[in-house]
Amino acid sequence: MESSDLAAVWLTIKLASVVTVLLLLLGTPIAWWLARTRSRLKGVVGAVVALPLVLPPTVLGFYLLLALGPNGPIGQLTQALGIGLLPFTFPGLVIASVFYSLPFVVQPIQNAFEAIGERPLEAAATLRAGPWDAFWSVAVPLARPGFISGAILGFAHTVGEFGVVLMIGGNIPGETRVVSVQIYDHVEALEYAQAHWLSAGMLLFSFVVLLALYTFNPARKRVA
Amino acid sequence: MTFVRCLALVLLLVAVPLRAEQIHVAAAADLRFAMDEIVALFRKAHPGAGVEVSYGSSGKFYAQIRNGAPFDLFFSADIELPEKLVAAGLAGSEVRPYALGRIVVWRPDSDAPPLTLADLARPEIRRIAIANPKHAPYGMRAVEALTVAQVRDAVESRLVLGENIAQAAQFVQTGNADAGIIALSLALAPAFAGKGSYTLIPDTMHQPLRQGFVILRHGEDKALARTFADFFADADVRRIMSRYGFSMPAPGRVR
Repeated sequence: MESSDLAAVWLTIKLASVVTVLLLLLGTPIAWWLARTRSRLKGVVGAVVALPLVLPPTVLGFYLLLALGPNGPIGQLTQALGIGLLPFTFPGLVIASVFYSLPFVVQPIQNAFEAIGERPLEAAATLRAGPWDAFWSVAVPLARPGFISGAILGFAHTVGEFGVVLMIGGNIPGETRVVSVQIYDHVEALEYAQAHWLSAGMLLFSFVVLLALYTFNPARKRVA
Repeated sequence: MTFVRCLALVLLLVAVPLRAEQIHVAAAADLRFAMDEIVALFRKAHPGAGVEVSYGSSGKFYAQIRNGAPFDLFFSADIELPEKLVAAGLAGSEVRPYALGRIVVWRPDSDAPPLTLADLARPEIRRIAIANPKHAPYGMRAVEALTVAQVRDAVESRLVLGENIAQAAQFVQTGNADAGIIALSLALAPAFAGKGSYTLIPDTMHQPLRQGFVILRHGEDKALARTFADFFADADVRRIMSRYGFSMPAPGRVR
């Protein structure tokens, strides 16, 4: 492998890790709210979270490019804050990926929370556990399989991202040139040998991830 | 019964409408606006003729054609690629040179003074969009010009690579990049004119962007492909091309 390939692999791992951590932090309260609420907004929020499942990545890429650009609301905010513009930067890719992989993290966690049901939490309440305490000592441990699924799927889906990166990444080595884009470049330049190395690696990685998910993840039925 | 109905619906959807003749053209991204006008003119002269154009980097199309992409004609920003297709036996005609391309330094601000290549080294130019030099001819020429202008090392870390020259131009047109080295043909297109300013890069600073097209094996037996190829010698087409800043190669000078 060339050093540029290794740089792309490392960048991809870094991107997927940062995005997974952010999504666990951001996705857990959303999943909790979606699982517990009786609000009429539940359907709306649930649909918004699920949008990236059905939207073409180009739609996301297009709107992000406009929103993060110099005339977009986020672009003007980041410029006012002295951060500069986010397209073609690593933080820009992180933001795009958080949107892109959101449902893959929120939905498994939400399902796990829903599977717990009211009873364990009511029992915790009768033992005088506050909501915060009950969340951490009852809900989170019981929903562990959901967190594991969400983390694995969020990581893997971010690794597999291509369309959005192509539109707002700008193909900068070490900054936005992730493995999927590197493969595309190799193929366009007819460097099939290098494309094979990376592609076979991705194939193996994806298979192992799914195998781990299906083999080791305890069935959710146990929770219910 | 439901199954039969579904099947019937699917068949209806996939049924290809019958057409007199249809050609599919692969065109370098620098032709995006000029070719649209040329095709519109062609349709006027040949009503009912089906001409579909796909735009992209010449390198990408070359790779796709080598792998059996069903294009009938290939307009390349680098004449060497269709020549290689002829050598590989994938062409159905000689390579015909159709234009010389030029590159410009473009900035997304029509009130600001145009930037020269040397200006690109200035620190306030944080992002510079070019086409990917790995497979886009315009990207290769941009890098050559930056090297000759002795600013390549200074700007290397600020380069943003478009998948093709049209994407590089879009990066800078939206203001996401502060400057770009793009095709003159795009800078002169209505979508860009009046939205920015540009400096023409002297053609002595890079290898010539000799552009050529070829009829491919897939289009060899299509009369429409030949008609469209011959149409490129038409005076009206040449007028459109020169309006987009393409100079026509002198006969005999280019192989």
